[in-house]
Amino acid sequence: MQEELFTSGRNIPHIDPYLQIWHWPISLYLFLGGIAAGILFFAALFYVLGKENEYPAAVKFAAIIPPIALSIGLLALVYDLTHKLYTWRLYTTFRIESPMSWGAWVLLIVTPLSILWLFSYYAEIYPKTEEKLQLLKKFKFLATFEQFLKTNRIYIAYALIPLTLVLGVYTGILLSAFNARPLWNNAILGPLFLTSGLSTGAASIILMAKTTKEKHLFGKIDLGLIIIELALIVHMIMGYYAGSQVQLEAMQLLVGGDFTLMFFGFVVLLGLIVPATLELIELIGYKVPVIVPAMLVILGGLIFRFVMVEAGQLTRFLY
Amino acid sequence: MRYAMVIDTLKCVGCSDCVVACQTENDVPIGFCRDWITETVNGSYPNLDLELKSERCNHCDNAPCVRCCPTGASHITDGGIVLVTADECIGCGACIESCPYDARYQHPDGYVDKCTFCHHRLEKGQLPACVSVCPTKCMYFGDLDNPQSEVSQLLKNRKHKTLAPEAGTNPHVFYLI
Repeated sequence: MQEELFTSGRNIPHIDPYLQIWHWPISLYLFLGGIAAGILFFAALFYVLGKENEYPAAVKFAAIIPPIALSIGLLALVYDLTHKLYTWRLYTTFRIESPMSWGAWVLLIVTPLSILWLFSYYAEIYPKTEEKLQLLKKFKFLATFEQFLKTNRIYIAYALIPLTLVLGVYTGILLSAFNARPLWNNAILGPLFLTSGLSTGAASIILMAKTTKEKHLFGKIDLGLIIIELALIVHMIMGYYAGSQVQLEAMQLLVGGDFTLMFFGFVVLLGLIVPATLELIELIGYKVPVIVPAMLVILGGLIFRFVMVEAGQLTRFLY
Repeated sequence: MRYAMVIDTLKCVGCSDCVVACQTENDVPIGFCRDWITETVNGSYPNLDLELKSERCNHCDNAPCVRCCPTGASHITDGGIVLVTADECIGCGACIESCPYDARYQHPDGYVDKCTFCHHRLEKGQLPACVSVCPTKCMYFGDLDNPQSEVSQLLKNRKHKTLAPEAGTNPHVFYLI
């Protein structure tokens, strides 16, 4: 039998033995981008449906999270660039084949929209702060601008629905576009990251919700999203299993290697199955503090990003 | 014009002259390489087969690095050479992740760097530094579009392979076997 006995090969101290170019800021950003996309999607959706006052946490109160999450995420992204002074180059061109170019442009639109969305509700959700600062009274143009935003909120909502979906999918496509990293190179990663982002978004809304009605609705939404996410994870594993040698080896990292405990223990079990069970128990009528499943979902989403980014970089083409 | 490199694995002795020539010519920072030598032993004892070869950026036709670059810093220039424009590169690392050959690295100055087929030497009518120093003359460089060129003739007459053809990149560094 022909077998390869050894390959000595490259010994380039700063590149080998394996690639690690993307570090924690990328994982953190993918998580924050997903959660922001999730919250903004629900905010815009429920506003368009006219349920603004029925579900105030989703539309109004949770709106504080996306601008903060996106700002931290963007700082993390820029921090991870090595040629930072040239960051503006992203915005001198649009490259249709590059997911990162799509992401950069979508972020350039979604981030200001998320701030405008929050500002249009500022006086309503933070009346005490407004009383103290008197921003809208002192500065006439701010009051005029707020009025303008309030009357045009529906257009922001219409823009946000497709844009947040693109943002959510892009966090996955960013990784899946690389055929050189077999763990990432599967088409399910885009929908999977979108679902995970929507699920962590719904969990954040549960944390901010004050009425049982809203908590229950988002508990149900989250439960549905978790079930979809589990199905997509099964599909992802099946895809590797039916794939080529490089994908089989990539799968080993998740099902029988260094990332098995992290993936199945912390992401699948503690981040998806346990919170889904708790949410189900709560829906049946037992009392479960909602903070537990919601925090588990959020932490699971964060760990999922770390596992995928770190593990993906260990996989490579064989030749 | 389509530049290509042909490397005779039967003549290569793995001396690393090409690596050192490249580092000197292109001022490659210490600890990095734009090209490197691999050594593979195949078969089972006593029928063993040693293959030595010099590897580098494959200047692919379907270059994943060019596809994923968000700023267009990675581009394909005349003759099919894949180049990086340093002052358009933001150092995001997408091209490094996308390369099946791991041929790219982040230069300590921040931008991404890799083999250029010694583009600056080709402009002066010289061969790439690695090819010009090879003591066993196992490396050939030329135009694939010209059927009379040395590289075209070698590929016509000798058995050859490319690296990771299954990656679908259509590489332009060929290995005679």
